[in-house]
Amino acid sequence: MTAVTADTQEAHEAAFDAAVAADERIEPRDWMPEAYRATLVRQIAQHAHSEIIGMQPEANWITRAPSLRRKAILMAKVQDEAGHGLYLYSAAETLGTSRDELLDKLHSGRQKYSSIFNYPTLTWADVGAIGWLVDGAAITNQVPLCRCSYGPYARAMVRVCKEESFHQRQGYESLLALSRGTPEQHAMAQDAVDRWWWPSLMMFGPPDDESAHSAQSMAWKIKRHSNDELRQRFVDICVPQAEALGLTLPDPDLKWNEERGHHDFGPIDWTEFRDVLKGNGPCNEQRITQRRRAHEEGAWVREAAAAYAAKHGEANS
Amino acid sequence: MTATAHTAAALALGDDALVLSHRLGEWAGHAPVLEEEVALANIALDLLGQARVLLSLVGDEDELAYLREERAFRNVQLVEQPNGDFAHTIARQLYFSTYQRLLYGRLAAAGAGDLAGLAAKAVKEVAYHQDHAEQWTLRLGDGTPESHDRMRQACTALWRFTGELFQPVAGLDVDWQELESDWLASVTAVLERATLTVPDGPRTGAWSAGAGRQGLHTESFGRMLAEMQHLHRSHPGASW
Repeated sequence: MTAVTADTQEAHEAAFDAAVAADERIEPRDWMPEAYRATLVRQIAQHAHSEIIGMQPEANWITRAPSLRRKAILMAKVQDEAGHGLYLYSAAETLGTSRDELLDKLHSGRQKYSSIFNYPTLTWADVGAIGWLVDGAAITNQVPLCRCSYGPYARAMVRVCKEESFHQRQGYESLLALSRGTPEQHAMAQDAVDRWWWPSLMMFGPPDDESAHSAQSMAWKIKRHSNDELRQRFVDICVPQAEALGLTLPDPDLKWNEERGHHDFGPIDWTEFRDVLKGNGPCNEQRITQRRRAHEEGAWVREAAAAYAAKHGEANS
Repeated sequence: MTATAHTAAALALGDDALVLSHRLGEWAGHAPVLEEEVALANIALDLLGQARVLLSLVGDEDELAYLREERAFRNVQLVEQPNGDFAHTIARQLYFSTYQRLLYGRLAAAGAGDLAGLAAKAVKEVAYHQDHAEQWTLRLGDGTPESHDRMRQACTALWRFTGELFQPVAGLDVDWQELESDWLASVTAVLERATLTVPDGPRTGAWSAGAGRQGLHTESFGRMLAEMQHLHRSHPGASW
């Protein structure tokens, strides 16, 4: 490396560090460290994949939704998730990758999606529980990302969070209707909350002392709060909501700690978390198989669109 | 228009929209490209919205959707046909949205009444649905040899269900023959642009012509209803 390029590199790094320190946004054409770029691609891609895989557990109930109003709400939600996937793939593409490349990594298991979507939706109440707890946890994670240092990601998060909050309220309202409904409906709601509570807490990732990427992401202002901090914030939000719902949370150790000003809660089963991450959760195989199949069975359609565009001089999208 | 005829018309059009919306909902998570996840869900939602307005003119939307049996549904057989591959879904969509746009255009122009109000709003939605179906018919018909072949097969397979669209519906003051010739002209033009030919099979059989409107359906419809109604029927009287 010549002296000139070394100086340039140093100047770039200094300008980048100063921009991050001043809470300025990094934009696609700005210089950025390669590791920053790689971290963002990994995180945004995983986020996009989660939206796409996350359509499956809820779409599982579209054809069985018990009222036309609930069916319309659920269809709109699943449609929004596809839209969120599209925003996020676009945000990732500003970093020099492509949607095709990212989908290929998802399909071949080289990139992950949120472990929560490897749990099955066994009853209608699961749809409400996902809205309340899973979307609630996602919002707790994502609201701080609206201030993330990378501009395109932060702007995508603003749009995603608005829609997610709406879904979260609808999920809560659906659970409330069940909780106040017949004894069978109430039991269905409680059972769903019992099954989704712990997996939702796992959505915040491993505990702070085991989180590989946290320190660097926080220094770069990609992340603003630690996993454990966000998890605690989520528990504190959920406890009064569960009371208002008339449902209990499945944790005998859950209690208010006056001294800390927070709720204490029981230990998370990190063995289960790691198993699901490794691909051994209840639905990992099914989720990825369905995604691959949709992609493979759709290949002739995409080829037709490309061939038609080539013949008729359209932009091939 | 008598109240009974009015109700019969709202029920027929409402069932069409309800059943096709359900079929499109089955695509969620299975579409060939993410943009189509959005588009198919969007069309399904529009149709569900139309169904809810129309069924509410007749009675309680959920009772009508979830507590009638197969023989009481008045939708045309076309909309209950299984999704098949993407080409089948697009062919079904082309045939039906062209019909819906022409019909709603006429009902909206006719002026007064609940149906005219619904039609005036819905015609904007179905214009979008028709455009979507036409664009895909062109891409598939004039795309690759494989897509051309699949689109041709799909158009042919569904052709025999199209005659029923023009069986007069009591309560709808429409020139059905003119509607049919406009529909044929529109579909023919799209198929030709797509390098496809208009299927030459019959469109009016003793069974398929008008059968759905009389509550006579195809076999897959009962299974579709079983899935759609199961949860609602398992909890009689519950609200959701």
